[in-house]
Amino acid sequence: MNFTLKIWRQRDAKSQGGFKEYQVKDISPDTSFLEMLDILNNDLVYAGEEPVAFDHDCREGICGMCSLHIDGHAHGPSQAVTTCQLYMRKFKDGATITIEPWRSAAFPVIRDLVVNRGAYDEILQAGGFVSVRTNSVPDGNAIPIPQADAEESMDAAACVGCGACAATCKNGSAMLFVAARVSSLAKLPQGRVEGARRAKAMVAKMDELGFGNCTNTGACQAQCPKSISIAHIARLNREFLAAKLKD
Amino acid sequence: MNCFLTNSSLGKKLVMSISGCALVLFILFHMSMNLAALFSAEAYNMICAFLGANWYALVATVGLAALVVIHIVYALILTMENYRARGKQRYAVTVNEPGVQWASKNMLVLGFVVLGGLAIHLVHFWSKMQLVEIMGLHENSLGLSPTDGAALIQYTFSQWYNVVIYLVWFVALWFHLTHGVWSMFQTAGFANDVWYPRLKCLSNIVATLIFLGFATVVVWFYFCGNCCCCGAC
Repeated sequence: MNFTLKIWRQRDAKSQGGFKEYQVKDISPDTSFLEMLDILNNDLVYAGEEPVAFDHDCREGICGMCSLHIDGHAHGPSQAVTTCQLYMRKFKDGATITIEPWRSAAFPVIRDLVVNRGAYDEILQAGGFVSVRTNSVPDGNAIPIPQADAEESMDAAACVGCGACAATCKNGSAMLFVAARVSSLAKLPQGRVEGARRAKAMVAKMDELGFGNCTNTGACQAQCPKSISIAHIARLNREFLAAKLKD
Repeated sequence: MNCFLTNSSLGKKLVMSISGCALVLFILFHMSMNLAALFSAEAYNMICAFLGANWYALVATVGLAALVVIHIVYALILTMENYRARGKQRYAVTVNEPGVQWASKNMLVLGFVVLGGLAIHLVHFWSKMQLVEIMGLHENSLGLSPTDGAALIQYTFSQWYNVVIYLVWFVALWFHLTHGVWSMFQTAGFANDVWYPRLKCLSNIVATLIFLGFATVVVWFYFCGNCCCCGAC
């Protein structure tokens, strides 16, 4: 397969970026999108040009490191997969593919397609953890947790923190990410204890970092590679408002 | 909790949700009230007289105006913050995400259309009814009694351009409410995956009822206003 790639190139955070076109040829349909970029970079290195910088790590869809806005979709046109799990057979032979970095004020571009997603780490540091003493691992079934709660918690915990939600949202809102973190802990007894403090601290940090306000469009859930539901946002709203009303 | 309603994103959204809810309830009441005009001009005028320049109607009017102002001011603040959060550099390619309502992405624009319609409506009706009573007059600029709402409806909707303006207004309101109604439940935290289809269905029902209720009166008076086939004659 042959493709024309329109890729955002930007030397550093302060430089002005722009699109540059590249051709990639003889790409197998079973090549992953990131492997295709590896092939392009190989060609660029051989040609003495700067390779395209992009984020990646596990390439198994579980680390949340890859990103990319591909043809208008966060993580590309496939549903519920990260960019590393996107394969070139999804595209038409000869297609022009536009590749952009995440666009959000809270995610500044560092270089080419790499953005700084440290803001998500800061939100997690504000409250996305359990600090109560939970002692050693309890006996199985010693703390009964309803199956539905466990499932819901695990669904929320599937969030890999890739930033697609804020990058997709027309408001640059990080609500789906924050909601997934709050929800995954709020549904379990160990996390429940600090539920109120967590919701308040994480929302306050999210606001402080300049993320936008959720207007319930649901675009985040449509583009989330882990299909996190906006029902978790409703839970975050409940947790936060209940905590504030108790104050 | 002293100021989370002004300094937190979720608090500000709650204000939007509650003020929006109160406005929807008012609109439902207004729509039901209008339907009386289809059956009896006298009944409608009785309601108009009841809602004249009495103290309770004035308090309600001030409260309603405050709700509208709060809803708009918060919408502007939230939208400005969202615009900033989106950053200066925008995507070159965008798509319509599956399952995302068009209205949900255009609430501010729809809100402006609704506001424009409201301004015209206030000039057409409020300024010729309650305002006339507040000013202590017994006749409005059309020479009608300020409590003769039925005649005012008949006069306003005998002109085709008013009918078009009001129908455009109601369509914008329909779109605004199809997203707004379920969204206020979501913002207040009363939603989950089981309830989304139900809440969205409720939104469509409420929005459609409001649209049909208002539009019926406008269209009815345009076509039947000058004949004696309706109760308002």
